[in-house]
Amino acid sequence: MELRKQYFSDERKDDLKEIGQPRPRSDSLGHVTGTTAFFADRTFPGLLHLKMVRSPHHHARIRGIDLSEAEKHPGVARILTAKDVPHNVYTILTLIQVGPEDETVLATDKVRWKGEAIVAILADSERAAHEAAAKVKVDYEVLDPVLSIDDALKPDAPIVNEYHGQNFYRYDSGACRKVRFGDVEAGFAGADHILEQTYSSAPIEHAPTETTGCIVVPEGSGRFTCYTNTQAMFFTLDNTSIILQMDGAKLHMVGGTVGGGFGGKVDVIVEPIAILGAKLTGRPVSFIYSRHEEMQISSPRAAEKLVIKDGVMNDGRIVARYVKAYIDAGAYSRHSPYGAQKSAAHFPGPYTIPNVSVDSYCVYTNRTPSSAMRGFGVTIGDFALEVQMDKLARLIAMDPLEFRFVNAYRDGDIKAHRQPTEGAALIECMQEASRAANWPVADQYLKMSSAKREA
Amino acid sequence: MGLSLQTFPSTEQAKAALEANRASRYLGGGTLLVRSANEGEVSFSTFVRSTDPALTSIEISAGSARLGASLTMSAIIGARALAVVSPAARAVGGPAIRNMATIGGNLYAPAPYGDFTVALLALDATLEIDGNDIPIGAFLAGRDDTYARSIVRAVRFAIPSSDQFRFLKVSRVKPKGVSVLSICAVLEEQDGLITSARIAYGCMADRPMRAAEVEAALAGKPRSQQGIADALALATKGTAPITDAIASAWYRSEVLPVHLGRLLLTA
Amino acid sequence: MARVPVQFTLNGEEKAEFVESGVTLLKALRDKIGDMSVKGGCQQGTCGSCSVIIDGELRLSCLTLAESCNGAAIETTGGLAEPGALHPLQHAFADGFATQCGFCTPGMIMAAKALLDRNPSPSREDVVEAISGNICRCTGYEPIIQAILDASRANSLSVA
Repeated sequence: MELRKQYFSDERKDDLKEIGQPRPRSDSLGHVTGTTAFFADRTFPGLLHLKMVRSPHHHARIRGIDLSEAEKHPGVARILTAKDVPHNVYTILTLIQVGPEDETVLATDKVRWKGEAIVAILADSERAAHEAAAKVKVDYEVLDPVLSIDDALKPDAPIVNEYHGQNFYRYDSGACRKVRFGDVEAGFAGADHILEQTYSSAPIEHAPTETTGCIVVPEGSGRFTCYTNTQAMFFTLDNTSIILQMDGAKLHMVGGTVGGGFGGKVDVIVEPIAILGAKLTGRPVSFIYSRHEEMQISSPRAAEKLVIKDGVMNDGRIVARYVKAYIDAGAYSRHSPYGAQKSAAHFPGPYTIPNVSVDSYCVYTNRTPSSAMRGFGVTIGDFALEVQMDKLARLIAMDPLEFRFVNAYRDGDIKAHRQPTEGAALIECMQEASRAANWPVADQYLKMSSAKREA
Repeated sequence: MGLSLQTFPSTEQAKAALEANRASRYLGGGTLLVRSANEGEVSFSTFVRSTDPALTSIEISAGSARLGASLTMSAIIGARALAVVSPAARAVGGPAIRNMATIGGNLYAPAPYGDFTVALLALDATLEIDGNDIPIGAFLAGRDDTYARSIVRAVRFAIPSSDQFRFLKVSRVKPKGVSVLSICAVLEEQDGLITSARIAYGCMADRPMRAAEVEAALAGKPRSQQGIADALALATKGTAPITDAIASAWYRSEVLPVHLGRLLLTA
Repeated sequence: MARVPVQFTLNGEEKAEFVESGVTLLKALRDKIGDMSVKGGCQQGTCGSCSVIIDGELRLSCLTLAESCNGAAIETTGGLAEPGALHPLQHAFADGFATQCGFCTPGMIMAAKALLDRNPSPSREDVVEAISGNICRCTGYEPIIQAILDASRANSLSVA
């Protein structure tokens, strides 16, 4: 590794003992000897295995659930349905006053995505749980599904989630999160060229090698120890406490090494139902996603559709940018209203543009609920923006890297959200990238600085 | 009912056990069957396996091979006499899977799996099933019903020369990835013209299939861009490609002629 | 459920256990014998986290039935070196930042060991092929490939 210390040398002390020095990872010896303890690396006598009966339909009304055969199946300790859940509402962001109460822990009268949890089987072995799950009879009235952002926003589209009354989340600001800065229409009117492009992405699964799961042990003290691979320990503690209407002091959440998360282990899905199972049976309970569940059931990164319209001058300046963003939440909100808000906040990207307008929608469809993943609400936008930047550069026959130098934000610039830019380093990163990638740019760009604009 | 394993020293006994219990399945290398049990398949409760050494024998004589159905992909790769067909065995899984996956299992593997069977189909192999010789085409047509509960003992085929045998597996991840598609071609050429062609595809239907119209169009033609043009135009005839997480049916159809052309024209 | 006896050596130690018939080697190793160095990532043979060496061959313990291992010699990462000591592969993985979350690491090291046992001086292509059945979602593989090459060089030095 090579540190280029010439950048920002006046802003930094160079007498630090740790920063800039290679250090061994504190966990590497455990990893290479196989002694690092992951949540599942423990056994308990009398352990029950939880398997979920899930909706095979994208959208259906539940007319009835018949557990009579499943309950009689050898090895079954207990079967849980919605009525067993003390507060059958799952809303991850309720604690930061964002999340609407639009999702259940176990489905009651309707299922809104293929894979939605309906019935939890607790059995002595995984095999017995699978066998009993196959004996659960759910009577469905299959409904028309909505499977894309475009279909969801059609005027006659079936309503995905009645809680919202329409297929998008209503913010206090209206149907979408908005950013308004300058006058985009005036900007477009004065531009030499206009380019409008639509970008879209599919959901992306984090696919950690260790699947989501937890093991819960009821303790003699009346507490429950929950060994979990959550990435969000306190969300898990608080949401579980609300769902189970249980004093948080009774919940001993034990985290630790996570076998790959990437943001995919911040939803509180397995812990509440496993702790409930342990409470109702008095036995330890293991609820670990199969690989299929990890890929199809755990929340992915949202699909997005982005319409970007830019006004650009022949000299390279972008004078107006309008972005219409649609974030596919799937059937329930989880982190997506927040993700759509982040999306709005991220545009117009790391560029200083005098006229900006952004409308960002959180849309509901009958797809697997999406949630957090590394820069959710932002990453797909960056992909679209940077492709758009290349297209704009081509449109005015300018080098794409030089085009970015012209528009890069600098310290002191007022961003579209009316925050002054501080600590920008885009110019310097591009200067280094130009050298590292052997992509030369004109001297004037190599003399630029994030700290101040040239006279 | 739980799971159990029954192990028999002879294939006859394993066959009898399979017939006595409808809730039993024959276990080869485990890469398909144990996987399905792990994933919650409850339609069977008994694994039946045979440790009969005849199932792992390799016999080579007069240019022909007879391979026991329990031979693994690694065993094929390790057999010098089978070097010509080893690329097809090497295309299956990663090293651990190749140490486990058997010929017999591959014959029953649903698309997108079963790359080695694509080669066996192009080799026009004969299968030994319960004392009968069954052409591989007939086996594949009947593998969900007639032969669903059979035990394949061995496969036989004439070993082609290295210039006759061509195999290609297309995957998105290198070096190991699930098939977008696979193609095997066994070509005979004389005086610069193709005298006989057997072409088999994987993933272009729910199981490996022969490309009969392509084969007919290649006969009598030189192996050149122009010579194979008519055959390539017919490449997707009769196909019904699968759609899965790797590729859509549309994508498979679009890229098949490209890959078939490359495979045929490679020196 | 019928319980059946199984007997094998694990990292050179004799093991005899009663297991449920039809149980996988992965479950037997973890739940019965307590070797938690073997990880279950997919139970379908696609991730390689459960890789072990059986009679010198790399295998997937999630797809291997415990009963089929009677009399076998099984090696896992948990027994690769004495406590407090490191095998050259373990050393190279730790030194070369070839681990991040650590979940794929034991399987990856077994795949690497299976390679080096047969081919002490592999090429980069040999290494890539050898770990092609093992998925790592964190590192991007490059540090792992480098660590295995480093370990092979360290090995040959120690022999010389």
